[in-house]
Amino acid sequence: MALRMWASSTANALKLSTNPKSPLLVSPAFSLSRCFSTVLEGFKYASSHEWVKHEGSVATIGITDHAQDHLGEVVFVELPEAGKSVTGGDSFGAVESVKATSDINSPISGEVIEVNSKLSETPGLINSSPYEDGWMIKVKPSNPSELESLLGPKEYTKFCEEEDASH
Amino acid sequence: MRGTGFWQLGQSITRRLAQTDKKTIARRYFASEAGLKKTVLYDFHVANGGKMVPFAGWGMPIQYKDSIMDSTLNCRENGSLFDVSHMCGLSLKGKDCIPFLETLVVADVAGLAPGTGCLTIFTNEKGGAIDDSVITKVTNEHIYLVVNAGCRDKDLAHIEEHMKAFTSKGGDVSWHIHDERSLLALQGPLAAPVLQHLTKEDLSNLYFSDFRVLDINGAQCYLTRTGYTGEDGFEISVPSENALDLAKALLDKSEGKIRLTGLGARDSLRLEAGLCLYGNDMEQHITPVEAGLTWAIGKRRRAEGGFLGAEVILKQIAEGPSIRRVGFFSTGPPARSHSEIQNDKGENIGEITSGGFSPCLKKNIAMGYVKSGLHKAGTKVKIVVRGKSYDGSVTKMPFVPTKYYKPT
Repeated sequence: MALRMWASSTANALKLSTNPKSPLLVSPAFSLSRCFSTVLEGFKYASSHEWVKHEGSVATIGITDHAQDHLGEVVFVELPEAGKSVTGGDSFGAVESVKATSDINSPISGEVIEVNSKLSETPGLINSSPYEDGWMIKVKPSNPSELESLLGPKEYTKFCEEEDASH
Repeated sequence: MRGTGFWQLGQSITRRLAQTDKKTIARRYFASEAGLKKTVLYDFHVANGGKMVPFAGWGMPIQYKDSIMDSTLNCRENGSLFDVSHMCGLSLKGKDCIPFLETLVVADVAGLAPGTGCLTIFTNEKGGAIDDSVITKVTNEHIYLVVNAGCRDKDLAHIEEHMKAFTSKGGDVSWHIHDERSLLALQGPLAAPVLQHLTKEDLSNLYFSDFRVLDINGAQCYLTRTGYTGEDGFEISVPSENALDLAKALLDKSEGKIRLTGLGARDSLRLEAGLCLYGNDMEQHITPVEAGLTWAIGKRRRAEGGFLGAEVILKQIAEGPSIRRVGFFSTGPPARSHSEIQNDKGENIGEITSGGFSPCLKKNIAMGYVKSGLHKAGTKVKIVVRGKSYDGSVTKMPFVPTKYYKPT
C-alpha cells in the first residue's frame, strides 16, 4: 500500500517530511502505540501490508489489520473489475481514509475473478473485518510460486514490529 | 523482501519530486528529520498517545488515541485542545508600527480598536499571498500577530527587510519574536465555560477576534477569541514555563470532554469551516481576491492602496478576478489537492487545492480554483481522481456552519 500523506501538498508546501522508506503514514514515536494487530495463521503477507489466502485455485487478497489500524476509517475503496489482470508488486486499486489515500499492491500475479462489491457501499468493512468481510479481490494465480516469496505470519509480525521500532 | 513494496511517498509528492531538483528535496527531508524542533508539550503529547510526525520542521502530533473522525466530531460536540506552539508569535512595537504593518498587509490596521484583531494577508509586489495571519491591535503602539510555522523564515525575512528600510527613513518600529511563549488553541462549545474556570476576566464580554492580556491559571497570557475550526474558541499565548500546567488544567476542568487533538483533525475541521490552508489553498501566486478574501481588505485600504501589490489587487476588485476559490461536494473518492476539475465536456476548468471526507457531513468536500463564471453555487463539474472523473458541484462555504461568538 502506497500511502499518500493526509494532505500531501500541505506536506510539500510546509516542508513536512515523509520517510520514503516508511510504510506507515504515522510514525509512532513511542512504544505504546506500536499496535499488536491481529495476524492470522494460514495467510501469506506482503511487506506492503496486504494478505493473501490461497485455497485451491483461488487466492483472496485484502489489507492487514495493521494496515487498516494505521489508515483509520476507510471511506472509499477503488477496485478493478473482474477479468482484469493484476501483477505481483503492482497497484491494483486504492483505499481512501479520512487522512490518506493509499494504493493497494497485489502480492501476486493473476486474473481477477471476483471483486467484493459490498465494499462500495460499506467501505468500513475493511476496518471492522479486514481478514473476512473486508476482503478485496479474488484472483486466479498465474504464478503460484510467487506465494513462496511472501512473508509468513511470524515473519510479518516481526516485520511490523521492526518497522514501527525504526521510527 | 525488505526494501521492496514499501508504502511509497504520495503520488503528488512523487510527481513534484520528478519535476523538481531532487537533491534539494532530499536535503530538506534529511535536515528536518534530523533536527526536528519540539514544543514544550512534546513529552506530554507522547504520554497521551500522540503520534508524532514531522511538520514544518517540528515534531507534532497528527492524532492521539482517537481516530481523526472521532476527534473532529468531538471538537464540534465538546471541544479540542491543540498545541500550536510551532506557529510564530510576533510583536511589532513603536509609534509607527501601524503605518509600517499597513505597507505589508491588506487590513485596515489603523481602523482596528485596541483589543481587537482580524485575519489578514501579507502580500508581495504582484499581489500574491506571502502568508495569512491573525493580527491584533494590543495598543496603538503594539501589534501582536501569529504567522504560519511553515512560513516563519520567509515571513520574518520579508518583515525584517522592509523594517530596515522603514527605520532607516526614521520610522519607529521594532519587533519581538515570542519564542519564550507557547500557543494553545482551545476550540469548541466547551471552550469558553472551561476557560472561564481559570480566569477572573468575564469571557462573555470578549467576542470573536477580541484580544486581552490577562491572567489565566496564574500566568500572564495573550488571549485571542479566534481559531481554525469554525467553532467558538480561543488561542492562548502562554509563557512556555506555564504551558504544561495550563494544558493540564484545561483538560481537567473539562472533565475529559475536551480532548487533545492533532493536526489531522485540525485539517478536517478547517476544511469543513471553509478556511484556507496556506501552501494549499493560497500561495505566492494567488491574490486575496482570487482566494475569496476580498472581505479582509479594509475599505480604506481599497480606496488608498499603499500595500505591496495594491495595483493588481485593486484592479481585480474593480474588474473581477479570472479565477476564484470555491467549495465542492463530490461523489466517488474524496478529491485531494491537484485533482483536475473539468466541465461537462471534459475541458479543464481548474484544480482542487484541498479535499477530504467530512467527518461531520459524512461526504466528500473540497475546495479549489475555477475560472470565473463557473464559480456559482450549483455549477456541475467533473473531478478527476486517478484517471476517472466523478460528479461534483460547486457549493457555498463554510460546509459546516461556523459558530463564532459574536454580539447579537
